[in-house]
Amino acid sequence: MKTRLVLESSDISRAIVRISHEILENNKGSKNLLVLGIPSGGVPLAERIAKKISEIEGKDVKHGVLDVTLYRDDVRLRPARTPQETKIPQINFDESVVVLVDDVLYSGRTIRAALDAIVSIGRPRKVQLAVLIDRGHRELPIRPDYVGKNLPTSELQSIKVRLKEIDGVDEVEVTD
Amino acid sequence: MKHLYSINNLNANEAISILDTAKSMAEVGGKSVKKLPTLLGRTVVNLFFEDSTRTRISFEAAAKRLSADVITFSAKGSSVSKGENLKDTAQTLEAIGADAVVIRHWASGAAQTLANSGWINSRVINAGDGTHEHPTQALLDAYTLRETLAPGQKDLSGIKVGIVGDILHSRVARSNVLLLNLLNAECVLIAPPTLLPIGVTTWNCQSSFSLDEALPELDAVMMLRVQQERMNAAYFPNAREYARDFGLNAKRLSAMKPNSIVLHPGPMNRGMEITAEVADSPRSLITSQVTNGVSVRMSVLYHLLSGVAE
Repeated sequence: MKTRLVLESSDISRAIVRISHEILENNKGSKNLLVLGIPSGGVPLAERIAKKISEIEGKDVKHGVLDVTLYRDDVRLRPARTPQETKIPQINFDESVVVLVDDVLYSGRTIRAALDAIVSIGRPRKVQLAVLIDRGHRELPIRPDYVGKNLPTSELQSIKVRLKEIDGVDEVEVTD
Repeated sequence: MKHLYSINNLNANEAISILDTAKSMAEVGGKSVKKLPTLLGRTVVNLFFEDSTRTRISFEAAAKRLSADVITFSAKGSSVSKGENLKDTAQTLEAIGADAVVIRHWASGAAQTLANSGWINSRVINAGDGTHEHPTQALLDAYTLRETLAPGQKDLSGIKVGIVGDILHSRVARSNVLLLNLLNAECVLIAPPTLLPIGVTTWNCQSSFSLDEALPELDAVMMLRVQQERMNAAYFPNAREYARDFGLNAKRLSAMKPNSIVLHPGPMNRGMEITAEVADSPRSLITSQVTNGVSVRMSVLYHLLSGVAE
């Protein structure tokens, strides 16, 4: 088993800054933006993106947590996982532009579940997707709007994203 | 965890995970779509050999909120009244394709028998069997206690709970004692000597014959229903004397800690084990228990029916 570092702390920070600028450019500002992280990796990334956008724009951007466990399509295949708390800030959800944030985009099934979870809350104007790593191998017609790094991998490899808030360090590793 | 016929089917982590998941389940009530797709295409059968209002509708609501199909079976008006036995009834359900069977039965051990007999492949959840156990009631009580008295805490350590009344016939008390122990709460059984079971010394909890002595130390008190259908052997002289010694009234409530709470599994005999004044006071969480029951049962169904590839 060989492990190789693909992103280090400064790479991750630069990716966050770039994604934040792209979100602002794409949506012509931060009006009605709502950044939602998918547990666990997406949550700190969403916080960082919201913080960065707030810094750039000079006004507060809302962020929250969207747990998708109960909307997954593999409930009957995997052992039960304890869902985490979903936190949606008090805003007009139907007026908002939701930016979903996850650490790794792979099969696309988590995002499909997230879209269902969003529909159960309301009907936002737009939903966009930001991921730190896109490793390919999609099983559903889903594509990201903002990507930190495209990382073509084989299905045998595994990717580990470590974030300061959870693991005490910022890095992305690929294991063969 | 494959079945839930006793609290003994759970370890502390599993019990805590059920309570944590129940919290997420409760969030569903606040959304615009009050339904989850989690158990879409699964069938849950409610098999009720004994009367019940809240447990049956609670399981039914829980299964429906998770998008499962629900078939409710009550012994009255079914072939059971023609003499069909549990095995044949169970095999009928198996043939229909039940993924989970929720069973309430008058015989202690019925749920365990159904789970371990090999008659059916589905998951079995005990919704009360005779005087044995009622695990989902204990879980919803623990959830209510944790949300009110220990928010942010994983288990129930530091909380002292009194269980008052007919311990002898109470399946709710048996499940609660096991779960409170599992979650590190302290527990006291309070009853007249005739209504305490003989082996109670082995239950790993204190017992007391005086409600007035025990009350000031309690964070929560669980009043059990005096089961008049089982009061056939003169366990106490008469209802008035029971109410005077073991009934919870406003005076006794004021002797408790200021933030302490009152629980009752229902249905209540107002004026017997609890006065109407106490039952309707803000410190009584009897209606939240019913609301929490749905979330906790959703959580139990989710845990038992996840990861079962057929």
